[in-house]
Amino acid sequence: MTPLLSLEGVSKGFPGVQALADMHLQVYPGEVLALVGENGAGKSTLMKLLSGIYTPDSGTFELDGQPYRPTGPKHAEELGIGIIHQEFHLMPDLTVAQNIFIGREPRRAGIFTDDRALNQQTAELLDRLGLDLDPRSIVGTLTVAKQQMVEIAKALSDESTKVLIMDEPTAALNNAEVATLHQLIRRFITPHTAVIYISHRMDELRAISDRITVIRDGRYIDTVTTAQTTMAEVISRMVGREIDTSVGPQNVREGREPVLSVTGLSTKHLLRDVSFELRKGEILGFAGLMGAGRTEVARAIVGADPITSGTIAVHGRQVRIPHPARANEHGIGYLSEDRKRYGLLLNLSVADNIALSSLREKFTSAGFVRSTGIAEEAREKVRSLGIRTPSTGQVVNHLSGGNQQKVVIAKWLTKDCDILIFDEPTRGIDVGAKDEIYTLLNQLAAAGKSIIMISSELPEVLRMAHRVVVMSEGRVSGVLDQDRATQENIMELATLRPDSEPSVISEAGPQ
Amino acid sequence: MSTTTTGQNETDQRPATGMTRHLRAGLQQLFAFAGLILIMIVFSLASPVFFTWGNLVGNMLFSTVVIGTLALGTTFVIITAGIDLSIGTGMALCAVMAGNFITTMGLPWQLGVVLAILFGGLVGLVNGLLVALAKLPPFIATLAMMMAADGLALVLSNSTPIYIDAETAGGFMQLSTGTLIPRVPNAVLVFVVVAVIAGIVLNRTILGRYTYALGSNEEATAISGVNVTRWKIAVYAFAGLFTGLAGVLIAARLGSAQPAIGMGYELQAIAAVVIGGTSLMGGRGSIVGTVIGALIIAVINNGLQLMSVPQEWQNVILGAVIVASVYIDTLRKRAASST
Repeated sequence: MTPLLSLEGVSKGFPGVQALADMHLQVYPGEVLALVGENGAGKSTLMKLLSGIYTPDSGTFELDGQPYRPTGPKHAEELGIGIIHQEFHLMPDLTVAQNIFIGREPRRAGIFTDDRALNQQTAELLDRLGLDLDPRSIVGTLTVAKQQMVEIAKALSDESTKVLIMDEPTAALNNAEVATLHQLIRRFITPHTAVIYISHRMDELRAISDRITVIRDGRYIDTVTTAQTTMAEVISRMVGREIDTSVGPQNVREGREPVLSVTGLSTKHLLRDVSFELRKGEILGFAGLMGAGRTEVARAIVGADPITSGTIAVHGRQVRIPHPARANEHGIGYLSEDRKRYGLLLNLSVADNIALSSLREKFTSAGFVRSTGIAEEAREKVRSLGIRTPSTGQVVNHLSGGNQQKVVIAKWLTKDCDILIFDEPTRGIDVGAKDEIYTLLNQLAAAGKSIIMISSELPEVLRMAHRVVVMSEGRVSGVLDQDRATQENIMELATLRPDSEPSVISEAGPQ
Repeated sequence: MSTTTTGQNETDQRPATGMTRHLRAGLQQLFAFAGLILIMIVFSLASPVFFTWGNLVGNMLFSTVVIGTLALGTTFVIITAGIDLSIGTGMALCAVMAGNFITTMGLPWQLGVVLAILFGGLVGLVNGLLVALAKLPPFIATLAMMMAADGLALVLSNSTPIYIDAETAGGFMQLSTGTLIPRVPNAVLVFVVVAVIAGIVLNRTILGRYTYALGSNEEATAISGVNVTRWKIAVYAFAGLFTGLAGVLIAARLGSAQPAIGMGYELQAIAAVVIGGTSLMGGRGSIVGTVIGALIIAVINNGLQLMSVPQEWQNVILGAVIVASVYIDTLRKRAASST
């Protein structure tokens, strides 16, 4: 049988990153092919190549035996590839029908919209797909699940669609909605069509896919037949890279006193009953897939997002943190993954940035800023943290990523924070400088600072964290001590639906 | 805008249908409309003159026409999440052009009117090119156009008013002050007609559909295969036609083209649009709302004048009305999103 869609030797690089290298992929007519890989494995680059947003550096694409070279999403659609992106491409103020037929709405006299025909055609389409939607509903008023259905209907409204690609289609759906989606997929599959289903959810892959292709670090790893594999095997292929075990967490020991206790934390949108404890001098890793809610936990703790229930205790005393300034008062500093937006004032100097959070307490007298005090403090921090800058007056924008990160750290140390929450501490920092940041984190912990380290890079978590909190879909799915923190265990917990069947868990082997 | 009347089950979780869609957009309108009625009742009690045909139609409606016409065009631009600051001085420029066409060049006044309106479209087209093609922020592009149009209006009129000859072009003035229907100034008639046209275009044409789509999610619209650059230019150009018409109407009312009258009209028009419930964030808005917004401004100005409230205080009150109407909308949205 010839593949419906086939990729051979596809490579795509960006400055500094090889996103895809010699990738290949075969999708056969009549099948659902699952595509799995960790964060950053190259799935979204692959999607963008298929939808014509990127052009490949090398490699061949074939659709139905013909060379496939889309010039853009619209063209890709015309050629028979429908793509449903993770973030919706909908117009919330328009109706379902208006969204589905945008750009090709039925007209009268060339300029007038024919809403009767539009709603009629949409009703027929929704009927054919078995979707329970009103063509005239305003999309913005629908639930996320229904919006997802609108996206699907839009992708399938063109009956010539041969391959439907779905990127994490169930990220926002509950179990019943997932079942509906799977029914829809099965109805779409004919001997002439196929689906590429990108997901992290192992139980879903088993339910819907015929074969599973695993990619890792931009490379093709393996393709397995779903019925003949276990999910544990798939996970081990996903994470199967060699880990340098010569360096690991330092000063791991029991019996540290808790400094931050979070109990039953929930937010309106994502977090459900999040509980964990951070201990003095500890580096607590936070692992999980994109969208699991790790950043949201940090934001909720520092009061950047409102919480709907739950308590936070600092040094055993329950506190209320309505806004980030209050978090600072309790000695909690949050270092965002997006330093340039949330961490630094890019066109101010090193010294100004370091002093920013403590201006009022430490560096003013009678309302005037004491520049000499700031300069002194900055020089001291530049020395102790090893910030490489020509002077404390240097504009932060001109520093490297690693040194910018150190400036943010210096800011919170100056503020006397003893609980530091690092969100992706080494994102955008080159390899050499990463080690310096790691060393610095270890030093800070050794000096009694308590650190939460949110990281999407498993090697980083395994290297640094004394204990690992694993999150999945807004919940804590497990807390692993250092000796149980392996790539496989973390990935298993990270891909767990909180309400999934226990069989999936037991399948991954004894704990 | 077929259905914007009774009933609203806004807070419940049922998805809005096509009908409630208009109600959703219409709820702010409903507040605005209720506000309008309330204000009118207050003024009726305060002044015996207020609720008379002569005052309501002859004064109040008549004085709404120019701002209302500008607001109609600007509604389209604002729904795309844009803004047009050039409509005030653009209007003055179009008035000057009407004067030039009719008086200086001696063209038939009917032709002059058409050309002046098209000239407004040209001003809008340039705005559209700057915004959609050169990718300037709408605020900057139309601020530049506002200044340029102000200067051009003075240049093209030698900084003096161009009077329209009542002998040769009397029909031109009739456009505003004549009464095709007894006791209704033609300007009011013209406004009603163009408001209906604007409503049809916004709700029943491809241009209107894409106006909402652009403001709702421009990227998604582009990915769906709509040529957003071309349609955005079209929206600005279309809105410019209303600027041209406003220029004609004000010249007809004054019997002359005054080059320096435009400044400030743009903000009144934008205020009308905003009071009428159109979102500056784009995607939401309606012609009915804009008409109500324009009426509220007119009623307040007219009523306060009758009560001999000084002009300065009228502006203060107008400012408060803008804040109140948008704040109510904000509260409502916050309530809706926290369920």
